[in-house]
Amino acid sequence: MGDALDDALLAAGLLLVAAAATAAALCRDPARQAVLLSLLGLGLALLFTVLQAPDVGLSQLAVGSAVTPLMLLLTVRKVRRRKRHE
Amino acid sequence: MRGPIRRWPLAAGLAATAALLVAACLRLPHFGGDRHPYGDRAVRTALLQRTANTVSSVNFDQRALDTLGEESILFAAVLGTVVLLRQTRDEHRVAPQPAPVPPPLRRYGTLALPVALLIGLYVIAHGQLSPGGGFQGGVVVATALHLLYVAVDYRALERIRPVGPYELADGVGEAAYVLLGAAGLLAGSAYLANTLPHGTFNTMASGGTVPLLNAAVGMEVASGVVVLLAHFLGQALEIVGEEGERT
Repeated sequence: MGDALDDALLAAGLLLVAAAATAAALCRDPARQAVLLSLLGLGLALLFTVLQAPDVGLSQLAVGSAVTPLMLLLTVRKVRRRKRHE
Repeated sequence: MRGPIRRWPLAAGLAATAALLVAACLRLPHFGGDRHPYGDRAVRTALLQRTANTVSSVNFDQRALDTLGEESILFAAVLGTVVLLRQTRDEHRVAPQPAPVPPPLRRYGTLALPVALLIGLYVIAHGQLSPGGGFQGGVVVATALHLLYVAVDYRALERIRPVGPYELADGVGEAAYVLLGAAGLLAGSAYLANTLPHGTFNTMASGGTVPLLNAAVGMEVASGVVVLLAHFLGQALEIVGEEGERT
């Protein structure tokens, strides 16, 4: 019973990661991409936790779903602001 | 070399890498198996060093030199960002106008900020006991401070985040790790050796140098991420070019 539950959680985590990663790769708008990347970070954090690596999961959650998307969004803002004046 | 000629060495390199990767994967232990030769040794050593969180024992004791490398990579990356995103001669700063914040967002921010900050400090302080440590907690502390930008505005963030002291703390954190390593050398064994008393298993004062190195990394990562985001925010919100671009 426990094994079946483990497998189900693992499958859900893998599917979430695959879906978020594909969506992030297919999306053409960098601002939306940042949000999808944040979702991917959340999915990876869940997957690492299910795989019994909570230390890596915590790093992934902090960096992958908060800091990296924020840096991307700030870069997009800077580039768009410059473009508007050219 | 150009064109097709250049592609041949690339193809050869890729093929060789792929072959090595497949060969290595074929000999991996099976997924979810019960044979973990490295894990067994790491856990045994972690117990000997009275460090409840084996991952921290590997990162900050058994393989502490690797962590020094990782910490230095982050330090160098932050330094590079500071240089690249500095204000150049043909740019000037325009203070951004305060933006209206919806009251629910403001309430959420004021509630979440102290909680997130406390969780970050907790994660740094309990690295030797539970999942997490200096790196994870440091990033949480840094992002917690930025809730002030989301919930209030940029000027409020700037008030609690003078970049100078954070840059100093970044360097101090990095130096503290290097010096703690040298302390192991002076105590008579090896660089980054865990020479402090190991304490009582599963208490705050356990693991010898592990909590100290965690604190050094926490300081470096928290201030490094703050400095990094400060320069990104400065470029995105404040610094404008000569043509007078506006927000």
